[in-house]
Amino acid sequence: MSRWRSWGRNWGLWLGAFIVGFTLFVAIFAPMVATQDPFAQDLSRRLVPPSWMEGGRPQHFLGTDGLGRDYFARLVYGARISMLIGIATVVTSGIIGIALGVVGGFFGGRIDDVILFTITARLSIPLILVALAVVSLVGSSLTVVVATLGLLLWDRFAVVARVATMQVRTLDYVAAAWSAGCSQPYIVMREILPNILSPLAVVATLEMALAILLEAALSFLGLGVPPPLPSWGLMIAEAKDYMFFNPWVIMVPGMSLFVLVFGINLLGDGLRDLLRTGRVA
Amino acid sequence: MLQFLARRLLVAVLVCLTVLTFAFALTRLAGDLAISIAGPNSTAEDIEVVRKAYGLDRPLVTQFFDWVSRAVVGDFGRSYFFREKVSTLIFDRLPITLTLGLVGLGIALSVALPLGVISALREGRPVDRIISLVALLGQAMPSFWLGLVLMITFGLHLGWLPISGTGTWQHFVMPGTVLAFSAIPALMRLTRAGMIDAMSADYIRTARAKGLSRTSIVLKHAARNAAMPVVSIAAVQLGFMLGGSIVIETVFALHGVGFLAWESISKNDFPTVQAVVLLLAIIYTLLTLGADLLNAVLDPRLRAA
Repeated sequence: MSRWRSWGRNWGLWLGAFIVGFTLFVAIFAPMVATQDPFAQDLSRRLVPPSWMEGGRPQHFLGTDGLGRDYFARLVYGARISMLIGIATVVTSGIIGIALGVVGGFFGGRIDDVILFTITARLSIPLILVALAVVSLVGSSLTVVVATLGLLLWDRFAVVARVATMQVRTLDYVAAAWSAGCSQPYIVMREILPNILSPLAVVATLEMALAILLEAALSFLGLGVPPPLPSWGLMIAEAKDYMFFNPWVIMVPGMSLFVLVFGINLLGDGLRDLLRTGRVA
Repeated sequence: MLQFLARRLLVAVLVCLTVLTFAFALTRLAGDLAISIAGPNSTAEDIEVVRKAYGLDRPLVTQFFDWVSRAVVGDFGRSYFFREKVSTLIFDRLPITLTLGLVGLGIALSVALPLGVISALREGRPVDRIISLVALLGQAMPSFWLGLVLMITFGLHLGWLPISGTGTWQHFVMPGTVLAFSAIPALMRLTRAGMIDAMSADYIRTARAKGLSRTSIVLKHAARNAAMPVVSIAAVQLGFMLGGSIVIETVFALHGVGFLAWESISKNDFPTVQAVVLLLAIIYTLLTLGADLLNAVLDPRLRAA
């Protein structure tokens, strides 16, 4: 029974790790994976279906889009955008959220009240709406999207870091560090931070998945990554006009987005289970 | 109880004031609002006229207090684009968004609660694993894409449901389902965790010892106690859903507040954007406040916190 369960858990973890690793590989080596130019238009070859379907051409494995651009190349380069957004957003929001959470949890009292209030206020702000407004006002670019999402998605990091810090703060080794005369910054950086990293790793996967979905939604609404960059959300938006006659144009980027986010979530879930059982042992 | 109430109210009011400030600051991000309103092809004189007309030539602090003093009494000014009072615009469209949100919540609860309970009763068994996997799959679904896929399947190929618009109740089925997807995983996990906790509690053992039927134990004793955190999360999720409806309303061309927000963002209509941000934040705050109070009424232990 327990063996079956642990196999089941690891199965999810490994599948998730494989999906994320594979996407990362494709993103990094995009020019080698896709030999065609994702920006080159060929209006004489618009909406060619994937090569295994009727009317497909061998040189366009996943067909072409409404402007005759190679869909496989756009999909591969789109992986770059998604991974870049996911990782960069998690780094930005992670730094903000962990800093706030650790400070609140470590000092407690009034400082913690202020931090808790900041988290409450942030949660009340409608995420997509504000992100759209900011991108529209400042102008859409990859950097703006990352900065906006990074400044908005720190709440879960802060919540988890705060609670974890509160728990760690009272442990014996921190008391030992105090009595050894260690400074506050030393205790926070060397005693507390390393010991709250594992729950934060799980949060990081959740936020990465959320950031990738949000970027796609923003790009889909025309206020994310600017064209002609091949973002998966933007590909779906561009394909929307043709989807009733050529459903594959939205299936290809949509499924990719779905599988990647599912993989990240599987990885996070697997990590959580691994850490939970690790703690019991 | 009174102290708890006062404290929660104070926090809610402070949150609303913070968002008020935030919504004002948000629209000043771009630098000169007058240039954005006048449009890209306007001359220097045009911009000057706009600046005077909208009072943007006044000091920022004056503008801020003017906006706050009007906003607290529900006056959000006139929309630059729709040439109408912002409050009228919003309240005309609010029913559609609220309907969508409630339909979404209804669907989410009717899927998440049974699945969560089943999952908890079969903890660790294959059924539980499969349900968790389904929740993960649902969580990974990009809502706008799911909307389009449903439109192709049920709207075009099967012809069961209308593709866009708001005429009948059928129009809310697909958008409501899509919106529900975002809330199902969280609701389900919480129901499951709550049920697992409740089923291992002492009063369940007592109930078992008394020889009560399993159905009675699960439904009357355990489910009632597992319901409390679910009520809070359901309120929070409804708030998130109303905020997230901007994407779904755009996909399905439902003319609610979300669609209005998207239109006003793309038309640089800042009074409307500010007002919608504020409105959604207030709704969210009220929902969480309501859930907290309800929980305090249900569970006296929480009042001390």
